[in-house]
Amino acid sequence: MHFYVLRRLLYTVPIIVGVTLVCFSFIHLAPGDPVSAVLPENATAEVAAQIKAAYGFDRPLPIQYLKWLWNAASGDFGMSIMSRRPVLSEVMPAVANTALLAVTAIIVSFVLGISLGLIAGFSDRRITDRSVTAFATIGISVPHYWLGMVMVVLFAVLFRVLPATGMGPAGTQFWHFSVDDFRHLVLPALTLAMIPTGVLARSVRAMVAEVRRQEFVQTLKGKGLRRGRTFVHIIKNAAPPIMAIMGLQFAQLLGGSILVETVFAWPGTGFLLNAAITTRDLPLLQGAVMVLAMFFVLTNLIVDILQTAVDPRVRRS
Amino acid sequence: MSAATEAAPIAAARSGTGGRRRTGGYWRRVGRHVWRDKVALLCCVILAAITLAAIFAPWIAPADPYKTSMLRRLQPPLTGNYLLGTDELGRDLLTRLLYGGRVSLSMGLAPVVLATVLGSALGIVAGYFGRHINMAIMRVVDVFYAFPSVLLAVAMAGVLGAGIFNSLISLTLVFIPPIARVAESVTTQVRNQDYVEAARATGASAPRIILQHVLANVTGPILTYASSLVSVAIIIASGLSFLGLGAAPPIADWGLMLNTLRQAIYVAPINAVLPGVMIFATSVSFNLLSDSLRTAMDVRA
Repeated sequence: MHFYVLRRLLYTVPIIVGVTLVCFSFIHLAPGDPVSAVLPENATAEVAAQIKAAYGFDRPLPIQYLKWLWNAASGDFGMSIMSRRPVLSEVMPAVANTALLAVTAIIVSFVLGISLGLIAGFSDRRITDRSVTAFATIGISVPHYWLGMVMVVLFAVLFRVLPATGMGPAGTQFWHFSVDDFRHLVLPALTLAMIPTGVLARSVRAMVAEVRRQEFVQTLKGKGLRRGRTFVHIIKNAAPPIMAIMGLQFAQLLGGSILVETVFAWPGTGFLLNAAITTRDLPLLQGAVMVLAMFFVLTNLIVDILQTAVDPRVRRS
Repeated sequence: MSAATEAAPIAAARSGTGGRRRTGGYWRRVGRHVWRDKVALLCCVILAAITLAAIFAPWIAPADPYKTSMLRRLQPPLTGNYLLGTDELGRDLLTRLLYGGRVSLSMGLAPVVLATVLGSALGIVAGYFGRHINMAIMRVVDVFYAFPSVLLAVAMAGVLGAGIFNSLISLTLVFIPPIARVAESVTTQVRNQDYVEAARATGASAPRIILQHVLANVTGPILTYASSLVSVAIIIASGLSFLGLGAAPPIADWGLMLNTLRQAIYVAPINAVLPGVMIFATSVSFNLLSDSLRTAMDVRA
């Protein structure tokens, strides 16, 4: 067990280095000069060179990378070119807002997806199974940004029961524990929950069906175990892989809510990335992507370790 | 096709032709399975209709996709000559939806095709040679796998700058890692099979073994997996346009139309959500078709 965790941790190191390399290369992949966004139209070459030096863009690439990495390790991702504030202080509140959305969405999809999957997996009626599968397929195929628009049309324009955009009254950037803020959370969270719900329902259904077909279930039934007890045995066998899928979905939500956030004007990382792209604020883009990717790697790591802790079969393989 | 006879694979003397014949029989069986699946068949019809409509848009579209009219903006569906109404610049919505398929479908399909070719090549080479080559290739792939897919696509497209070509590059980059992983794991299973050993014993070169023996046996799983990515690709590709990172106005593209019509969501909600219906129909059809393909390929024995 400890050996496995250690190996998994070591395996993460090159990935993290690779991720930092990719994020670093963003600035240099971009067409044009990294500082062109802040340069005045008629800037002389001298001024341009000065500004470049101020941001450290005049050094050789490996040096720039190491310096950037060193700073990043201590939480300094440089300065946002547009707002001239430290990147991290812009990114962190946005990450918190995105995480709030993602956590709510994953809880909703956990409850919905697992119950639907269990119903379909244990039901012997074709129609139940078929309808759950159909719903789940719609869930994974729907363009979620469009679903968000449909939600707005239905609940904000037609029925006028929920607010269409924003996180709270008057464009607030921080979430408060109030009824009104909860109302703002409903539509984006439901929209975001659609994909993981579909994925979970499908995999739970498949997993339950597969475990039910295994011989030990027949044996349990054969020895006269009550239905409820057999159910527990089946769940125990199906749970670990489903947990892994859920972790992965959560991680995807953290980075994948960009489109939904745009629809609902949710002040999260998606919103921030969008702003960074339109203003060509590359340090901000770089920092936001880096922080999100790190969360993604970390979530995957935790899921893997948890899975080995729960499921001895993974350890042995 | 439905009355296709059970063509028994002809046992050819030469292994090369033998392999190809066998694949033909296998693919025919897969085709027959999909043909019998009513849902999959319906999806095929829908996709064919959308594709043909996109290809023949200039001939069947009722209006000019770029002709604006300030007086007839956001007309609701079924007004006058406008079957589905007009958009925020008074252009015929039906016409633009038909034309939109051209960019949106290609933007969804092309990255998957490109990524399948490149990803399979990487994965097969890594899987076949193993050891250091495997390490080198797969660790790089893992790095790109360490980004959430939508985030990577948006970040890459954002860095490279808006445009159809740049979104194509970033989407391809997003889909290479998962395909390479599948290709690598299938190839690793195949390369220790007896027939590969036998080919190696006869002195066949590595490229020859890969092309003649490995490729034929990994194509099925890789293609099944790739087909499941098309739906995601369509959604993300339109999503990039939705963010303004893909096609540029005034080009008709479903994602871009959704983006520009979003401003009118309170005034003309039906018009505003229509382009999404097209994206949804396409993506659901591809998903169901890929599901059917997977079950069809599972009945390999």
